[in-house]
Amino acid sequence: MSASTRMSSRLAGWLPRLVVAPSLLVVIVTVYLFILWTGVISVTSSKFVPTYDFVGLEQYVRLWATPRWHTAVANLFIFSALFLALSTGLGLLMAILLDQNIRAEGALRAIYLYPMALSFIVTGTAWKWIMNPGLGIQKVVNDLGWTDFRFDWITNPDMAIYTVVVAGVWQSSGFAMAIFLAGLRGIDNSVIKAAQIEGASLPLIYRQIIIPMLRPAMLSVVVLLSYIAIKSFDLVLALTNGGPGTATELPSTFMFSATFRRNQMGVGAASAVMMLMTVAAIIVPYLYSELRSEKND
Amino acid sequence: MTDVLSRSGKVRLGRLVVYGCLFVVALVYLMPLWVMVVTSLKPLDEIYGGSFIGLPKAITLDAWRAAWSEACIGTECTGLKPYFVNSLLMVIPAVALSTGIGAINGYILTKWKFPGANFVFGLLLFGCFLPYQAILIPMARTLGLLGLAGSIPGLVAVHASYGICFTTLFFRNYFVSLPDELTKAAMVDGAGFFRIFWSVILPTSIPIIVVSCIWQFTQIWNDFLFGVSFTSGSSSPITVALNNIVNVTTGRKQYNVDMAAAMIAAIPTLVVYIVAGRYFVRGLTAGAVKG
Repeated sequence: MSASTRMSSRLAGWLPRLVVAPSLLVVIVTVYLFILWTGVISVTSSKFVPTYDFVGLEQYVRLWATPRWHTAVANLFIFSALFLALSTGLGLLMAILLDQNIRAEGALRAIYLYPMALSFIVTGTAWKWIMNPGLGIQKVVNDLGWTDFRFDWITNPDMAIYTVVVAGVWQSSGFAMAIFLAGLRGIDNSVIKAAQIEGASLPLIYRQIIIPMLRPAMLSVVVLLSYIAIKSFDLVLALTNGGPGTATELPSTFMFSATFRRNQMGVGAASAVMMLMTVAAIIVPYLYSELRSEKND
Repeated sequence: MTDVLSRSGKVRLGRLVVYGCLFVVALVYLMPLWVMVVTSLKPLDEIYGGSFIGLPKAITLDAWRAAWSEACIGTECTGLKPYFVNSLLMVIPAVALSTGIGAINGYILTKWKFPGANFVFGLLLFGCFLPYQAILIPMARTLGLLGLAGSIPGLVAVHASYGICFTTLFFRNYFVSLPDELTKAAMVDGAGFFRIFWSVILPTSIPIIVVSCIWQFTQIWNDFLFGVSFTSGSSSPITVALNNIVNVTTGRKQYNVDMAAAMIAAIPTLVVYIVAGRYFVRGLTAGAVKG
């Protein structure tokens, strides 16, 4: 082998690594280095622009002493719990019903899923109009004769967060349905046939056999919906703009307004770190288990 | 005999309930779209007269015209048109870049595995689930330093960077199921790294290219956070402009214009969904890592 072909074959060995390197560099910088950078800013006294003077955990103390942040965290719990429960429940129900040899399955599936193609800003705009007490649903029901009917959640600070749940579930339950339906299609029919021969009723088969077999799909749905819930930002901004008052503030909107509107960059960075840790606590174990089980396949 | 009859009656009733439920849910899901469309076609007086869900008495496209070319975004009364163009200028290069890079990354991570390839994939994968709030401040600073702040090329760079994570995931999971014999045979024939990619791998990957393009298009078109954080005024994407129109607080609220504007912002992704829904679903479920 001549020197030049040896060179070129060595180059060929390195070529794949060389080609993937720029992407890796971009991701290392824009994901990992930037996370670190945000972490650094969160322990400085940065206000309008980053200043690099170490102040320890002062911003975290300030963050957790801010009533607005407490509202945001409480809202995140309410919103995530309801959003997850309703989207998962509705998605599972729709998937099971659609799996009964339904004639117009394709069309129905398309209808359940189209909200996923929309921007949360569009969803928020539409639902803001629908839930407008003066001219929306409330007015329609009032005009039908039920004059006492009230649906003014969007202007009621105690109820406004539930309007975010309604719009969020409308947007995302079709997504849960799609994953569950894929899971159902992957289940071996002979198991169900055997149970039927044994005389098990259909609801029993679903409860005892099929739903437990959907566990991997369930895990995916719960993890991905939690991720959607934590990063929900545009939906709240378009639907309620965080209001009335601060009633529908979420960590994502808090971070944005602290950083870009209230000149509290340090507090904003601290809240971003809290969000990141929450997401990482859910996602990292999930990715780890997914990748590991892939290796064992 | 009676037993069989009642049994089939019960089955029929069951089917009826199933279809009934599915139909009602479908109506609820369609309602917001219906309301958006009919509201956008009504004159404002009819809306304030209390017509919400019904068909317009007199169909008018005035609201659509206003939303497209007259509505005020901040102090500029240009309608959504320039912002629609902004979004197009942002989305096309960002989709092309991220899909192209994702394809070659997926190819390397499956057919040219090197020690640590799985670790690299893991690093990229976490990027799919990054809450972007965690990088907003550094990204804003970096775009400023690069002179890209508040510009469309800046947004393209941001979307392409984070898009690589998703597209690499799509292509890697697709190429994993392609038999290695395919590339090995080509190698025996003397084909090199790029040659194999062009003439062996790419021709088989049309479906996943479509999935990747659709997913990226939908994500980037619908993005709001990056748009609102890194741009202002006339360089904003359409979602930011839409939000500005809707949040105008002066004067009589033009609900019909709001709805027409929302429809204009929604139409590109809706069209993609209607034309290529099958691929859209594949992109969604690919988020469940093993699909």
